[in-house]
Amino acid sequence: MFDLYTRRRFINGFNLTVSVLATIFGLFWLVWLLWTLVRQGLPWINLDVLTQPTPPPGSAGGLANAIVGSLMMTAMGTFIGTPMGILAGTYLSEFGRGSKMAPVVRFVNDILLSAPSIILGVFIYEVVVVSMGHFSGWAGALALALIVLPVVVRTTEDMLRLVPDTLREAAAALGAPQWKVIIMIVYRAARAGILTGVMLAVARISGETAPLLFTALNNQFWSSTLNEPIANLPVVIFQFAMSPYDDWQHLAWAGALLITFSILFLNILARVLLRTRKPSY
Amino acid sequence: MNYDEAESMNSGTAARSIDVSAAGGWDKAAETQSSQAEASDHKMVVRDLNFYYGKYRALKSISLTIPQNRVTAFIGPSGCGKSTLLRCMNRIYELYPDQRATGEIVLDGRNVLDKDQDPNLLRAKVGMVFQKPTPFPMSVYDNIAFGVRLYERLSRNKMDERVEWALRKAAIWDEVKDKLRQIGTQLSGGQQQRLCIARAIAVKPEVLLLDEPASALDPISTLKIEELITELKDDYTIVIVTHNMQQAARVSDYTAFMYLGELIEFDDTNVIFTKPNRKETEDYITGRYG
Repeated sequence: MFDLYTRRRFINGFNLTVSVLATIFGLFWLVWLLWTLVRQGLPWINLDVLTQPTPPPGSAGGLANAIVGSLMMTAMGTFIGTPMGILAGTYLSEFGRGSKMAPVVRFVNDILLSAPSIILGVFIYEVVVVSMGHFSGWAGALALALIVLPVVVRTTEDMLRLVPDTLREAAAALGAPQWKVIIMIVYRAARAGILTGVMLAVARISGETAPLLFTALNNQFWSSTLNEPIANLPVVIFQFAMSPYDDWQHLAWAGALLITFSILFLNILARVLLRTRKPSY
Repeated sequence: MNYDEAESMNSGTAARSIDVSAAGGWDKAAETQSSQAEASDHKMVVRDLNFYYGKYRALKSISLTIPQNRVTAFIGPSGCGKSTLLRCMNRIYELYPDQRATGEIVLDGRNVLDKDQDPNLLRAKVGMVFQKPTPFPMSVYDNIAFGVRLYERLSRNKMDERVEWALRKAAIWDEVKDKLRQIGTQLSGGQQQRLCIARAIAVKPEVLLLDEPASALDPISTLKIEELITELKDDYTIVIVTHNMQQAARVSDYTAFMYLGELIEFDDTNVIFTKPNRKETEDYITGRYG
């Protein structure tokens, strides 16, 4: 019948076609989603969106307070979650080898990683909001930090493990104590990877809505303190999109567009960083 | 007897036994080996060294002496324990929790396997170069300066001098003097390995352990490294592990043949390669172990 070569070419062609189709299928939805966002959101993007606070229905306004609130809580959440995550990841990769504690920590971290974010929101509500007596930006930041933490722990451990042991041995062989080996050699070798992990975590929390509903709530007015309820893009989008008012819905589209493209940009930036400044060992 | 007393007695006996060997007496292990005669001074004395990877015993009662300012080569088939023996000498195996050694390795009168020996200070004194080049992800200059900064505070000028000195010593200065700010990982393989040798030399160790330093390199780089080893032995005591018997014959003064975790024969390199005493050695160097 067919000779071996023809058969192989046929199988190759078939599999290649199926793979390409699957890829196109996946990309199709992303492109459609982006296209819908651009079509619905772009007309409403203007300077007011970036400079005016959220309006009452029927009057002009923007999303400035929500943008500022989101930035503040995202920054604070990252700021709280990242150092802890990097330290825990360092423990798992550098100190926990052979210990009985490390697998437990890793397992608990994986559970936290896959915990639904609304659960984290309810937890912070119970622990922080209830005991403070009111919703606040701090509670929101803490809920976001809980989402950042496991992501950073995981990527830090993975990236540090990619650094070959020979490099650690080489540094130790010069008489460097372990903490210097880690800080000056291992971190340096894994820098781009760890940074990427942090950026992916930022991208992840900047779109989170559920944990903020229970913690930061929302605020119609300007607020630049985390001690009070604070406006934020995801919750504003949620509220405005559900409203019957056209101008609120337009703002929701604009906010959705903003948020999606910021996250897309962050993700692309993270990938580019990881590619061009590959761990160089 | 409490723990401290036991510890101090222990180190007392270690010190005494060194006195004996320094006074020209052979310790038992060396005696059983034939004429390792005119070996100047002993830099290191290994006594009854056993090594375990978990439960697996990888070294079986190794005893030998490493002469000062000479090149000593360990040869033997893969898995015979020669790298393991080398890794005991600077206790680098301790990075891995399931590895341990028992016995003695005496360097300048002290058993380096003692608990009260700081492994980092030991490693500053016993440098090591690995099989695969391992430049740090930093500039050529900082690759050298990293180790120096660990134990010395040098002025900018002194550090420049030290870096140049080490790079010259490792015969790589001319190739990198215009690239000192370039990342070390961008050099060629042979250059990277010489950079690693320069890095090891820069901290001015007394002993240099080379773990198959040329096995990943092309013939020309290998030749350069071998020339380098010969030059370095004036200042350092060198121990080299190699798969390449011609290399052992070319660069070493003494050769130890190991097989299955045991030291089969240790003698002058000439003796080992011309008229070995043990049949196993002869079989190996004539290629009959396959």
